[in-house]
Amino acid sequence: MHEMALCESIRQIIEEQAGAQGFTRVERVALDVGAFSGVEVEALRFGFDVVMRGSLAETARLEIHQSKGQGWCLPCAREVEIAQRYDACPHCGSYQMQVTGGENLSIRELEVF
Amino acid sequence: MSQTRLIQLEADILGKNNGYAQANCAQFARDGMFVLNLVSSPGSGKTTLLCKTLEALKDTLDLAVIEGDQQTSADADRIRATGVPAIQVNTGKGCHLDAHMVGHAVESLKPAKGSVLLIENVGNLVCPAGFDLGEAHKVAILSVTEGEDKPLKYPDMFAASDLVLLNKVDLLPHLDFDIEEAEANVRRVNPRARVLRVSARSGEGMEAWMQWLKGGAMMASATLPATAPLAAE
Repeated sequence: MHEMALCESIRQIIEEQAGAQGFTRVERVALDVGAFSGVEVEALRFGFDVVMRGSLAETARLEIHQSKGQGWCLPCAREVEIAQRYDACPHCGSYQMQVTGGENLSIRELEVF
Repeated sequence: MSQTRLIQLEADILGKNNGYAQANCAQFARDGMFVLNLVSSPGSGKTTLLCKTLEALKDTLDLAVIEGDQQTSADADRIRATGVPAIQVNTGKGCHLDAHMVGHAVESLKPAKGSVLLIENVGNLVCPAGFDLGEAHKVAILSVTEGEDKPLKYPDMFAASDLVLLNKVDLLPHLDFDIEEAEANVRRVNPRARVLRVSARSGEGMEAWMQWLKGGAMMASATLPATAPLAAE
């Protein structure tokens, strides 16, 4: 969706952290990307290279940890894995499902000099 | 080779926007404002629906509009023609409004306390879903000239919306659009969403939408201190 804007946020966070934590170069950026975060991983990779040019993360390796979508099935009363927001429960076929995981989009860690 | 070190962050990438959104939201609550974020694909009839709504309500409510578009001020001009103050935000290369832009727009627009602020987002069913602006509700507008399966194709947006307006229902006799299926698809993605069938052109269903809007405005402004009675001449 708006991967360029997200990459700009990542760059801002890195620059703020560089000031706070005192580093001058980033070796690796690890992200957590949930299945329902609306992010296209390939577009994010592309945007990352473009946006990081001229920054202290210019040569950084981008590591993306994708997590699956999770829902709470009300009839089964348990957590199940779902591929789409509107998927039925894989065990009982019910649509009484609350999305409980997969919306996250965060920087997990930075490896820095 | 110099030594690297690891910084554990767990920093939310949308955190900055969410911070601005929270600030907007707090300001809207303090000022008793009812704020809606209108989202749809391009061509759903969003601006026409907005103009008709403003014309019908401008004598009973304080209204203001923020118009988001990639380019041109055409839409804000249409809104201002109704007599309601409007400000255009051009996102340039951006595909959505963010909370920071909205905060600035509110600063220059200076909407009245207890007013209704309608934010017309960029016509796009994808990106605006991820960017909270501090609004009370997202309202998705889906016209019946689009497909019934749009809620399934763009589930994030329909899951984030509290109200769905099915617009252009006056055209239903000429289309193969299955409105029951469209509503079922909305419910599949978001069981809590209200769905209203409207036509901005014929006026059908518009009363229900405006009642919903007035109800929200009343609740939002209920927290404002009562205005001091005017001194007798």
